[in-house]
Amino acid sequence: MPHDHHDHDNHLDPMEARTRALETILTRKGLVDPAAVDAIIETYAEKVGPRNGAQVVARAWDDADFADWLARDATAAIASLGFSGRQGEHMQAVFNTDRVHNLVVCTLCSCYPWPVLGLPPVWYKSPAYRSRAVMEPRAVLRDFGLELPEGVTVRVWDSTAELRYLVIPQRPAGTEGMSRDALADLVTRESMIGTGLARVPA
Amino acid sequence: MHGRVILNQPDATRPDAPFTEPWQARVFALTVAMNEAGHFSWPDWAAVFGRHLKGARDGAGEYWHAWAAALEEMLALGGVAEGGEVAALTRRWQDAAHATPHGQPIELENAGRHRHG
Repeated sequence: MPHDHHDHDNHLDPMEARTRALETILTRKGLVDPAAVDAIIETYAEKVGPRNGAQVVARAWDDADFADWLARDATAAIASLGFSGRQGEHMQAVFNTDRVHNLVVCTLCSCYPWPVLGLPPVWYKSPAYRSRAVMEPRAVLRDFGLELPEGVTVRVWDSTAELRYLVIPQRPAGTEGMSRDALADLVTRESMIGTGLARVPA
Repeated sequence: MHGRVILNQPDATRPDAPFTEPWQARVFALTVAMNEAGHFSWPDWAAVFGRHLKGARDGAGEYWHAWAAALEEMLALGGVAEGGEVAALTRRWQDAAHATPHGQPIELENAGRHRHG
């Protein structure tokens, strides 16, 4: 067979090449283990996500003692369900009520509670969201299709590298007697950041 | 859909995917691994990353470019890797790609090799 692969010159995207260069340097110096890097990617690309947070919320809806614990020491209460680790070392749960709606942002970069929500969605990292969430939270909420009643106060929480927030949305009406799993299905990622509400059962 | 006005979705099929290109996942994981190994604290990282993000516009691509630039700065600050070393090795990886027959894994050792020679 004549070989014709010169028609298919391999090419690395500049950022791909740059990242490989960084990894090569760090690996050669023994500072990182490529297998550990692979494991981190697998964790955040596939394993950890907002279903974890949904379980926390469903439990809080269904178990008043747990909700109290969550309010007092969110880090410990969340860890008791098996969700702990990187970027979840110091958690605070903020509870929505009829009077207060909580909204979470990171104005500096993209601090986010990884153990319960995974990595942040694109919009959370955008300069528009990061600046507008503080200055005009109601307008931001309207962009997400959320119009709050006049009497509701919007409280904005600015995450830091040290303290991460999880919004506990209000339990929707008509969910009495539902199992925790069924309740968790109503809890969206947006509802735990504050840009949405929990879903009403169909 | 939620949040049309401030959304900027690079990948309409998986708008919530944390990474849209493999290098983004890699540079993310390298940063986490370096933090975990104690080479820098997360607050120090966030301060440098936040500064790089200031110039970035909307969109996942710019976010990850800022992330990569911040990691390079952290490594330079820590005396782990200078910019020149990174640039030289980047070129070597690109040479290796050109020297590697299509369909075979790109290995750094291939850099400088002449495929048809």
